[in-house]
Amino acid sequence: MGLPVAIIGSGNIGTDLMYKLERSDVLDLVALIGIDPASDGLRRARDRGYEAPHNGIDWVAENPDAVKIVFDATSAYVHRKHNEVLQGLGITAVDLTPAAIGPKVIPPVNLGAHLDAPNVNMVTCGGQATTPMVAAVSRVTRVPYAEMVSSVSSKSAGPGTRQNIDEFTRTTSRALEEIGGAEIGKAIIVLNPAEPPILMRNTVFCGLPEGTDHQAVIDSVEEMVASVAAYVPGYRLKSVPLIEEGPFHTPGGVVPHRVVVLLEVEGAGDYLPTYAGNLDIMTAAALRVGEAIAHHRAASTQEVMA
Amino acid sequence: MTAVVEQPASGTEVKRDFRLIDSTLRDGSHAISHQYDVDQVVAIVKGLDAAGVQVIEVSHGDGLGGSSFNYGFSKVDEMQLVAAAVEATTNAQIAVLLVPGIGTVDELKKVRDLGVGVARIAVHCTEADITEQHIKMAKDLGMEAVGFLMMAHMNSPEGLAEQAKLLESYGADTVYFADSAGALTTNAVRARVAEVVSRIDVPLGVHAHQNLSLAVANSIAAYEEGARNLDGTSAGLGAGAGNCPTEILAAVCEREGIASGVDPLALMDVAEDITRPLMPRQQIIDRAGLLLGYSGVYSSFLLHAKKAAERYGVPEADILIELGRRKMVGGQEDMIIDVAVDLARRHAEREAAP
Repeated sequence: MGLPVAIIGSGNIGTDLMYKLERSDVLDLVALIGIDPASDGLRRARDRGYEAPHNGIDWVAENPDAVKIVFDATSAYVHRKHNEVLQGLGITAVDLTPAAIGPKVIPPVNLGAHLDAPNVNMVTCGGQATTPMVAAVSRVTRVPYAEMVSSVSSKSAGPGTRQNIDEFTRTTSRALEEIGGAEIGKAIIVLNPAEPPILMRNTVFCGLPEGTDHQAVIDSVEEMVASVAAYVPGYRLKSVPLIEEGPFHTPGGVVPHRVVVLLEVEGAGDYLPTYAGNLDIMTAAALRVGEAIAHHRAASTQEVMA
Repeated sequence: MTAVVEQPASGTEVKRDFRLIDSTLRDGSHAISHQYDVDQVVAIVKGLDAAGVQVIEVSHGDGLGGSSFNYGFSKVDEMQLVAAAVEATTNAQIAVLLVPGIGTVDELKKVRDLGVGVARIAVHCTEADITEQHIKMAKDLGMEAVGFLMMAHMNSPEGLAEQAKLLESYGADTVYFADSAGALTTNAVRARVAEVVSRIDVPLGVHAHQNLSLAVANSIAAYEEGARNLDGTSAGLGAGAGNCPTEILAAVCEREGIASGVDPLALMDVAEDITRPLMPRQQIIDRAGLLLGYSGVYSSFLLHAKKAAERYGVPEADILIELGRRKMVGGQEDMIIDVAVDLARRHAEREAAP
């Protein structure tokens, strides 16, 4: 028996997460909760034998003992309301919106740091894809300024993302600083409507101060890419990390070089087709966090019993 | 058509058949790699204002918050430039451009405090629904909100009209479409303007580029089909082969009997005496400029493609053609590096092949 969990939000991310939770040995999905009974996500949940209520957070309030973790894949605005209910019930929230109420978690950087937090934030899809790269650079050199550019296919950006695009840029740029270790971070997102849809692309730029060991930067980035690819198989470099010569007049000061990391994320194709790597990187990271919480609780329980 | 009648400071009535928005200090910024200083901004604003221009746009070329590795760092913080422009103007309103995904409403609030009156919210021509929060914020702040659809050649007249209606529904006071790649022929502009104006109640504006040598002709055609706002830049300074040159547009309007409300001779002076001296290169339609229009590539990619071509030793033309093939949209400047690296690798593989 795994830890019982629910997903709230039956859009692209919530539905994709449903498929990933199905394969988990330590988490048991009980319900995919939505607000629109006709939504594709709820229909799929019903077909697969899960509870698929459409009364939103009220379902959780009515069934307070049914689940221990709720993955929230609604929107930042709605999550703030949901969180109050969840905290009142003592249910852990894994927040897949950019609300950023709880501490931010980027699995290959700080997975173990917030396992007891009542609310953890998964940043954004772009944040999950790029923060590890900034962290990889900042563990070998000072990063006065880091920047990420995310391009996602229009088809993979749901209404939540579209109505709150500022939340994406704010939360992601903060993650580059707080978790990535950059002194100043900046995030940019672009939607591309091309058909067939483009694969999710992310580019990370980090300013490299005088005296940086460029080979160490390249090695560290390549190592970190492997760490992410361990749980997002479609995550890969498009080329070796590029060291470009400046000078570059960044907001963090003038630097002689920058490293450019060109990334591509091919999805697992669980819900949307493989172009939607932005869903996968988010849901795969959330799954990893949920499982880490489950293992941590199981270990704590055993200690108490012993 | 009813002309917009304004009461200028002198007390004489100026007849205007359309409103001219000058973007020398925003779109023009691309052509000088965002290196404007305060003195240049003040000189251009004063010149345009005295010539009767009603709206002057000032921002990083990629809009507020555009200063970055991806688009180029501004030499002077755009907030300082905006403040200087507001200070320098007497009659003209200062406008800004904001591209959601690059800048946020936070920058909008800052420029409102500086005295900016017009917010142009720019988005790719199929993604209007990401602008709702920004258009509403501009309205809440008491600004004129202009919804601005970029890369208009990538949507049909009907599709563009749908997107324009969305912008209108969010509260946009004016809707624009921009031929950001300079890829639209005159008939294509006519079809788009006619369709959009028939579907919206707010005024339409058109922003033209010179890559196919049609910027002025397309602007006049847009006016004839019902557009009541037109964009230009002094000496055509701007992304790609440049924008619709304000002074030429004013001269053509006079010959056509269209009241632009601006003084062509005064604008010629601004172009010759202030703008041209600060241009690193004249706005000509060379192969790269033409390729942008021909391949439908975002005009702002031009200088970045030149740099990447140099850095990775691949032909600039090949980069631009490949970007068009990949259907890259505005904002994806990082993909220029990606394409250059790919081309260099393919080239090396060919060289190595027996």
